[in-house]
Formats: sequence, C-alpha cells, structure tokens
Amino acid sequence: MPPTYSENSRELAFQEAIDADRTVEPRDWMPDRYRSTMVRQIAQHAHSEIIGMQPEGNWITRAPSLRRKAILLAKVQDEAGHGLYLYAAAETLGVERRELLDLLLAGRQKYSSIFNYPTLTWADVGAIGWLVDGAAITNQLALTKTSYGPYARAMVRICREESFHQRQGFELLAELSRGTPAQHQMAQDAVNRWWWPALMMFGPPDAESPNTAQSMAWKIKRVSNDDLRQRFVDMTVPQAGALGLDLPDPQLHWNETRRHYDFGPIDWDEFRQVVGGQGPCNVQRTAVRRAADQEGAWVREAARAWEGRQQGRTSAA
Amino acid sequence: MGGPAAGPDVRSVSEADDWPLWEVFLRGRRGLSHQHVGSLHAPDPELALQNARDLYTRRGEGVSIWVVRSTEVHASDPDDQGPLFDPPADKAYRHPTFYKVPEDLHL
Repeated sequence: MPPTYSENSRELAFQEAIDADRTVEPRDWMPDRYRSTMVRQIAQHAHSEIIGMQPEGNWITRAPSLRRKAILLAKVQDEAGHGLYLYAAAETLGVERRELLDLLLAGRQKYSSIFNYPTLTWADVGAIGWLVDGAAITNQLALTKTSYGPYARAMVRICREESFHQRQGFELLAELSRGTPAQHQMAQDAVNRWWWPALMMFGPPDAESPNTAQSMAWKIKRVSNDDLRQRFVDMTVPQAGALGLDLPDPQLHWNETRRHYDFGPIDWDEFRQVVGGQGPCNVQRTAVRRAADQEGAWVREAARAWEGRQQGRTSAA
Repeated sequence: MGGPAAGPDVRSVSEADDWPLWEVFLRGRRGLSHQHVGSLHAPDPELALQNARDLYTRRGEGVSIWVVRSTEVHASDPDDQGPLFDPPADKAYRHPTFYKVPEDLHL
C-alpha cells in the first residue's frame, strides 16, 4: 500500500523529532520500518544474551575454585537478566516474548554469531569476559544513546552491570598468564581463538552494511561498525600488553598518522558461514535452547494452574 | 501503525502463551518514592515480587518493590500531549521567576 499523504507528513515529523534528539517512546507514532528494525535488533540482542549463557554455563561445574564458580554463576545469571530486560524492551513495540522465542527456535531470528564458537578450556571463560564482553560493552555504550527509549534504558542498566564481566575475564587471564607455562599457553590459545571472532562482532565493514545509513539517520545506531571496531582494538591492545599475551595479528601496529592501531584483514567468509548456520556450535546452541524451553514447559503451566486455583479460592471465599 | 489506546506501552498481553506482564517499581532507599524500573512476566503477585527481586535488585538497587499488572495501568495518549499539557504554558505567573522583586531581600 503506498503511503498516504498524512503518513508522509507524520514520517517527516518523526525524522525532525529524531534530528532534534527527541527520544522515541513506546506509544509514539513511528514508521513501520523503524518499528520492525527496532524489534529485529532488540530481539537479536535479547537472543544473544540468553544463548550467550551456554558457552560459559558449560564451565560452571568445572570452575577451578569456589570463588571462580560464584563469579561465573553471577555472570551467567546477569546474562539471563539482560535477556529479560531486552525482551521487555522489545515487547513495548507490540510483540510478545513468546513470539520472539519461537522465531529464535525456528531459526528465523538470529543471535550474535560469536556464541557459535565452543569453549574448549577454562581460559575461554577469561577470553570471553575480556574480549567478547569487552566488544559487547563497546557496542552497548554507543547504544545507550540510541533513539528508542526502552532500548537505551536497558543498555544503561546492562552496561552498568557488565563492567564486572570484562574485569573478571581480564583478571582470570592475568592469573593464568602469570601461572605455569602450561597455564600461560592455555590463556594464549584462548586469546588466539577468540580475537578474530570478537572483531567480527561489530558486523560487516561499513561499505558492505546496507542498513547502516538508515539506522544512523534514525539514530538507532550512533557509531558505525568500523568505528566501533577501531575503538575496541585501540582499547584492547594495551590491555593485551598488560596481560603479557599476544594478539594473533602480525599486521597489528600503532599508526602514528591515524593515531589508531592498524590491523590485518578479517576473514569475512568465516563470518558469513557462521552467521549462515555453519559455525562449530550453531546446531547445539539451538538444540539446548529448545530442550530448555520444552523441559521448562511444565513449570510454566504448573505456576499458571496454581494461580488459577488461588483465584478460585479467593472468589469462593 | 499507530499506538493502541490503552496500557502504558504498546503491548498486548496474551494470557494463553505466556505469563501476564507486570510493571515493576523500586524504592531505591528509604526517603525516596518508588520509581518504575521495567517489567517482567510472572504467573501471580508472589512470583512477580520474587522475579522482580532477582531481576532488578541483584546489586542492592532497592529496599521495597511494587508490582502492578500492566493491564491495570492507564496512560495518557502521546497524541494528546499538546492539548493535555498546554494550559500551563500561558500561566507563567505560576512560576516564581514571573515576579520582579528586589534581589537583595532573599524572597
């Protein structure tokens, strides 16, 4: 259906409000494409949080000390919480959480491809905290100023909570790096495997990111993929130095002219394969999520039945 | 697509597919009023309070929680914002800055 005159003028007014940095709130009029872009992005973000519980949850029973176990439990619980904040933010756009979870299970909505890589050793828990959460925080800090109010507010909360995630990862790796030669090697191996996928988390290069221009105009996105990636690299290189670990890129060096670190080419074929379902753990991640959903069904039903019975008692009394 | 007329936000709460939605309000510390912090799904008030505790107060953010069924919240229409809030604009005399008084008298 072609847009009517009044829709056009509403869209102009919407853009003017965005240009004036007015936050969009749930019950405001918004273009359908803004709404659907926002739903897709928030849902993908929410899915990433709950799927992201799996690679680390994998190590909870094998954490090397009670302290590390408590930290890891708290972190994985936070990820569940972050998923819930984000599903709630998506629901303000007129979709239901159940619908979004069904789309995830049907493979019709995505989650961050980083979680399709396996956690092979304990050091991976550190590398995820330091690099994956570090990249996520870089991205999410920019999103605290996104134009959609509920999403921005969820980001503020999440960023506040996630700084501990990155620090615990850094500390974990620092301990391993200063430990025995075998522990140091384990830390280095984890960093070698997670560095490039972490850089891919910012998405394709700006030149190949067709939605960027519209998302920037709507201020959904405030900083481009390449700029965020550069920000992350610049922040992370000195941290690697402090850890005594190498980043697996021979072309990584400080460029005095640009005042940034240059880095080598990213393997975008690998990225496309993992996004397309061919990553090491895609099938497993969805299967575990589906099993959790099915095995929890009776709890959800029982709680509803209990509430129904309570209601019955109240009205009978 | 415009916003529906009722409820705090654009959502439809389906009782069949998921637990109902609740709005969560936290008192940060004694002396402050409760503030809206977000929402969650729960089957009944008791679990809504417990879920709110787990979800919104993992780091000591509150000393008291209110949960309210989202369907029980009635909200003004953003399209009415102009007419609804307009009257105060031409009543500048409601603000202390409207009055010219000697500055040194600490009025």
